[in-house]
This record gives sequence, C-alpha cells and structure tokens, in this order.
Amino acid sequence: MLQTECVECGAALELPEDVMQGEILTCGDCGAELEVIELEPLTVDLAPVEMEDWGE
Amino acid sequence: MSVGILCSRIRVEEKLLFEAFESLGVAVTRLDEREITARVGDYAAPVDVVLERSVSTSAGLVASMLLEAAGVHVINSSSTASVCADKIRTSLALAAADVPQPRTEVALSPEAALEAIERLGYPVVLKPPVGSWGRLLARVNDRDAAEAVIEHKEVLGGVAHHAYYIQEYVEKPLRDIRAFVVGTETICAIYRTSPHWITNTARGGQASNCPVTPEIADLCTRAALAVSSGAGGVLAIDLFEDPQRGLLVNEVNHTMEFRNSITTTGVNIPQRIAQFVLESAGVPA
Repeated sequence: MLQTECVECGAALELPEDVMQGEILTCGDCGAELEVIELEPLTVDLAPVEMEDWGE
Repeated sequence: MSVGILCSRIRVEEKLLFEAFESLGVAVTRLDEREITARVGDYAAPVDVVLERSVSTSAGLVASMLLEAAGVHVINSSSTASVCADKIRTSLALAAADVPQPRTEVALSPEAALEAIERLGYPVVLKPPVGSWGRLLARVNDRDAAEAVIEHKEVLGGVAHHAYYIQEYVEKPLRDIRAFVVGTETICAIYRTSPHWITNTARGGQASNCPVTPEIADLCTRAALAVSSGAGGVLAIDLFEDPQRGLLVNEVNHTMEFRNSITTTGVNIPQRIAQFVLESAGVPA
C-alpha cells in the first residue's frame, strides 16, 4: 500500500499499489473527494467539483 | 498501431478499460484532455486510435475534433458524440430513422414552452438538452409547476436552459432498461429499478439483468445506427417499456458507465469495448 495524507483533514490515506494518476478517492475520515495528481511523488489534491456538462 | 484513452477523471470504468487493454496485450497511452494544446491545422496526435472517455462532455467533444483533424480514429466519433450529447439532436436523429421514442416537443421561449407542455398534457418531463446523471430533470404535474420551472430556467439557467426539451411522462413499470451496444451489437442489458421516477443508477436505481430479446436488440441497433450516421459505436441506449406502444428509446449515451452491469449481466463489457476498439483500428484482437 502507498501512503499519503488527506489535503482536507490530514488523515492518513492508504492507496493501492495500482493507483493511477487521475484516479478519484474519497477520504474515509472527512469524506473529501480527492484526485491523484502525481504518482512520484504521490500527490493528491481536492478533486474538481462536478460541472454541469459532466456525465456519461 | 497505437491506442489511446482520452480521459481526465479515472472512474471505475476507465480503470477497467485500461486493464482490459492490458489483458489483451495492448499498451495504451493515456491522453488527458486538460493537457492538450493544439495548433489548429498543425496538431500531431501521439496515437492512431482513441477511445473517448472524458467525464466532461464539452471537453471530450473538442478534444475528439482535434484528434480527428489530426487523422486519429476516435470512438465514439465527434459526430456521434455531438448527437448523443444533445437531447434535441438525439431526438431528431431518432425521428429521422423512425425509431420509436416518447412524444417530445422543443420550444425556444417560455410562452412556447408552456404551450408545448399543455399540448402534450400533464405530467411532462423537462430535461436540460445537455445533461447527465439525472441532473435537473423536472417532472411537471400541473400548470403551476410548469410556470414555476419555466421561470426558474429563464432566470437562473444559462442560455443552454432556454431551449426547452419537453417529453411526455411515460408510465413505466418502476424501471427502465439500459442496453449496451458495442459496434452494432447489443451485448447485454440491465433493468434499472427504482421507486423514484428517475431510475439512473447514479441516482440510486438498482441494476438487475435484462435478457436481450430480439426486439431489444433490433431497436438498439436501429438507435445506434441513427445517432452514428450508420457507423455504430460504444453506446448505452435507455429504453422505456410503454404498456401500449412497447419499447421506446429515451436516451443514448456515448461515454457510458457500466460498473454496475458487469457482474449483473455476466458480460465483460470493458473487454468487449477494448476488442471493438482494436478491431476498428485493424488490430486482430
């Protein structure tokens, strides 16, 4: 497991080894949606807020 | 032959698609539309074929056009995407191909919208022409509600909300059908069941397997051909079961989500998509 911390609440985050850049995670402590920005070094930031044209 | 997936946000679906290509022994380049800058008329794309999976409809469409201008084969094509992204264009394409759909009116002013609503008869459903995941759908049961929703759209909505897309409300049996088309074949389908009239799984609808009957397969193929100028593609077709008229095509989605449908149907949807992309690119899968 890879480790980093939530940018919102500082909680420890454990990420799977196969995590991908751009993947969206939810912090188990505060519920913030986080986006994996970089893999090396492992960096997460708050995920973009849902836009009106998002969808399938 | 090099293959790319165009995406920014990696949903479960994108992760499964990357894995599917990997399982077929194909290396895939990830293209993030947020990183594309292209000089018009002079853009060399790093891949030959691209599966478009952008969560942003507008960004995905622009990126697809840039890639196509650079000679890249994009699935779904920008032409197909532009039809599917806009419910007005979808309805026009379905009507042109005589594909059955709910009665639909389009109006371009509040007064015309109210007239159209009363012509259809209550209840009706107002949908933003561009939108997804069941956002901002309004079931309008009477004239008071119609006037309120129209005024809200006029005052609070952007210009895109000033084109009114109005559908009759179809009395469906607490569920609709989502069918998955790859190429022109309906590979599987699910029922989306919900006590709420909005059945999107993004809104809590429960998925269960729906056997693909010859009627479903035929209608979905016709719908897929209609929105893609006969090319087919990777599409999700939403169907209503009308008690009198039978199956009606409600919507066609061009960057479909399928996480709830793989186990439910027993069909490896991402693998089928990956195989189709490779076949389209002339790579034997």
